[in-house]
Amino acid sequence: MGTFVKFYIDGKECIARHGTQLVKAACENNIYIPTLCNYPGIPPKGACRICAVIVNDKAVTACTTKVSESIVVHNNTPELEKFRKSVVEMLLSEGNHFCPSCEKSGTCELQALAYRYRVTVSGFPYMFPFREIEAWHPKLMKDHNRCIQCKRCIRGIKNDQRKSIFAFGKRGTHVEINIDHDASEGISDELAQRSMDICPVGAILRKRKGFDVPIGRRKYDNKPIGSDL
Amino acid sequence: MKHDITSIIKRYNDDPTRLMDILIDVQSALGYLSDSTIEQIAKILDVSRVDVVQTVSFYHFFARAPRGKYTVYLNDSVVAGFYGRENVKEAFDAAAGIKFGEVTADGLIGLFNTPCIGMNDQEPAAIINERIFTKLTPAKARILISGMKAGKSIDQLMQEVLESNAKPSLKNSMIENNIIKKGAVIFSDYIPGSALKKVLNLSSLEVINIMKNAALRGRGGAGFPTGMKWDVARKIHSRTKYIFCNADEGEPGTFKDRVILTAMPKLVFEGMALAAYAVGARDGIFYLRNEYRYMREYLEGVLKEMRADRLLGTAICGKKGFDFDVRIQFGAGAYVCGEESALIESAEGKRGEPRDRPPFPVEKGYLQKPTVVNNVETFGSVVRIIQNGAAWYNGMGTEHSKGTKVLSISGDCANPGIYEVEWGFSVNDILKMAGAEDVQAVQIGGPSGSCIAPNEFGRILAYEDLATGGSLIIIGKNRDLLKDVVLNFQRFFADESCGSCVPCRALTVVCVKLMERVIEGKAAKTDLDDMISWAEIMKKNRCGLGQTAMNPVISTIKKFRELYDKKITAKDERFNPGFDLKSAVSDYDAIVGEK
Repeated sequence: MGTFVKFYIDGKECIARHGTQLVKAACENNIYIPTLCNYPGIPPKGACRICAVIVNDKAVTACTTKVSESIVVHNNTPELEKFRKSVVEMLLSEGNHFCPSCEKSGTCELQALAYRYRVTVSGFPYMFPFREIEAWHPKLMKDHNRCIQCKRCIRGIKNDQRKSIFAFGKRGTHVEINIDHDASEGISDELAQRSMDICPVGAILRKRKGFDVPIGRRKYDNKPIGSDL
Repeated sequence: MKHDITSIIKRYNDDPTRLMDILIDVQSALGYLSDSTIEQIAKILDVSRVDVVQTVSFYHFFARAPRGKYTVYLNDSVVAGFYGRENVKEAFDAAAGIKFGEVTADGLIGLFNTPCIGMNDQEPAAIINERIFTKLTPAKARILISGMKAGKSIDQLMQEVLESNAKPSLKNSMIENNIIKKGAVIFSDYIPGSALKKVLNLSSLEVINIMKNAALRGRGGAGFPTGMKWDVARKIHSRTKYIFCNADEGEPGTFKDRVILTAMPKLVFEGMALAAYAVGARDGIFYLRNEYRYMREYLEGVLKEMRADRLLGTAICGKKGFDFDVRIQFGAGAYVCGEESALIESAEGKRGEPRDRPPFPVEKGYLQKPTVVNNVETFGSVVRIIQNGAAWYNGMGTEHSKGTKVLSISGDCANPGIYEVEWGFSVNDILKMAGAEDVQAVQIGGPSGSCIAPNEFGRILAYEDLATGGSLIIIGKNRDLLKDVVLNFQRFFADESCGSCVPCRALTVVCVKLMERVIEGKAAKTDLDDMISWAEIMKKNRCGLGQTAMNPVISTIKKFRELYDKKITAKDERFNPGFDLKSAVSDYDAIVGEK
């Protein structure tokens, strides 16, 4: 465990152990830095870029930055907030996100961030890509329309033999998450549930189980994202 | 077949980090990587099938379906377009009876597009079964296809289209070096081993200090001080360190590394050995783009010679404990692998996605060990600096840019080819030297660099003014800058984005759509304003390639605004000419039976 260091976010003096991930350290000091591809307990990837902050005058992602003595962080600036809103809008434009028919509505992080940034319509042209829904797996559904390629499932879910169940395929705008047939065979209900929970959107769903939390009691129904620090 | 796969993988000790080599060799043996082949590879390596697929599907030279006994990859770079690529493409199409992207029904011929293959000075060019065919014409395309139909070998095909006055740089090749101006650093007389013998009496720190005094900066484009990079690696305590040579020359319009490697390969390998001496490394990896696979035998031969001459291997130049050797690692077609951390990922058998930094490769690089990555030209310069001293090197160039730069010049000029000039050369001087007249624009440093207009031709090439990795594309007044250049570059970036960062993945594609709209005269002024404002968003991508992936459009909107304005026809700013009401309601019209 590192020693405690002092640092600053938007002028506020903060304290955290040296080497703590900046997202977590900010949270410990009651400051919210929005994230999407970050997930507690799995290695960060810096893929979605929504946690972009300015540290000592340099733009970096807070999920891949570690706290050190006296760093000066800018987080809640108009420029960064505008950028973060753009990230949400780009994601909404590049996939097919129809919240009313999605089981994750109300617990979806992308939707919650869209509310936070008051996105009513994306500022980028909608791409309406043609994407498949994979339903061959006995316990899981993969709806590629909703996938935001955050890689949380790739990084966070392995089978009993520590083998990959999920991996990226292709590149650029065509990237997609593939499910391994053999490695995912016979996964437990718990692992299937964890796969669904680790997905920030409704791209990984469990079969034969759903809509079990009524509207009004879902994660972000009453408490907006970022308010539950 | 199964036996083949097993024995190939055994060659690499069943090591999953050698997946690139395994896939390349298996594809050479079997023609393509079928689902069952992938399954077998995964089983032997004891990894998930999707882990093999993630690598296979990332690189465009890996084929998951047969691509023909003869596979034609026709370059679709901007300059190929200038030199009549479309006609050659149509001739291939017509003669083979298929479209690009397809394979003939009998499985004989496959036709595919590929981004810049490093032959901009001898376009149109194509890769056919790992060999390069240059200066193609529609007539030659027809000869090639009929030769393929007759079952001729690649050597026979090449003989049939080789011009009588051609001066190929290598045996069994059509490629010319076109070295037009030789400079003092890279293309001067050279005796292999002389620099290595000289450093034996110096300490590693002394070698690094010479690099620092020479103020050598990386030649790949970013310009990081070489001595400083080496010093970080030297100071880290690790039994294993690696020296990487980045020969993944993928920036469209660049071909100087290809020529340096053909004309001066020992200079480059000797530079790697010097770096190894300075940082205390024993292993070198030479990452070569797959487009240059035709060089494999030649370079392997050079390495063998150097080992025989004790310039590589154990006890180099007889010095006990100075052991260093180089292996060639091939890529498989991905521009982003030119970024050093993506290159390392690729060498580890993975997708070429840039890493988050810190840690930097020099701290934790290949297999998490300290790794020095330098460009081909940088290693070449290192040898000369040791031979002739820092002061000699320092005496050339400008205040902040020392030494020389090898330029790949192509496009609308009389003498495309390789020019080695001292830093500080003006664009005007270059145009004069290359024999370029009626120039509309010059693309400096490839698509990720900047496009400059005639009023800036007085500017100089230097890190402090126009920094460049070495590609200069000259664009004549007769060209349609937006359609023939900018759109091509933006399509290239959309195809080559690794897809990891949201802005790069999404906006490169949106940008292509908007550019198409601009060219069709259906864009609104707000579309241009939007694209300019996205430049800020792109700056937050992880890697340098993502950060510059909208430069073609941004730099031309700034400098050639009148070309864009001419395309904006709508009088009212609020009117969106890109919206096509008819196609938007076509589904409805079809259902209700209206036309």
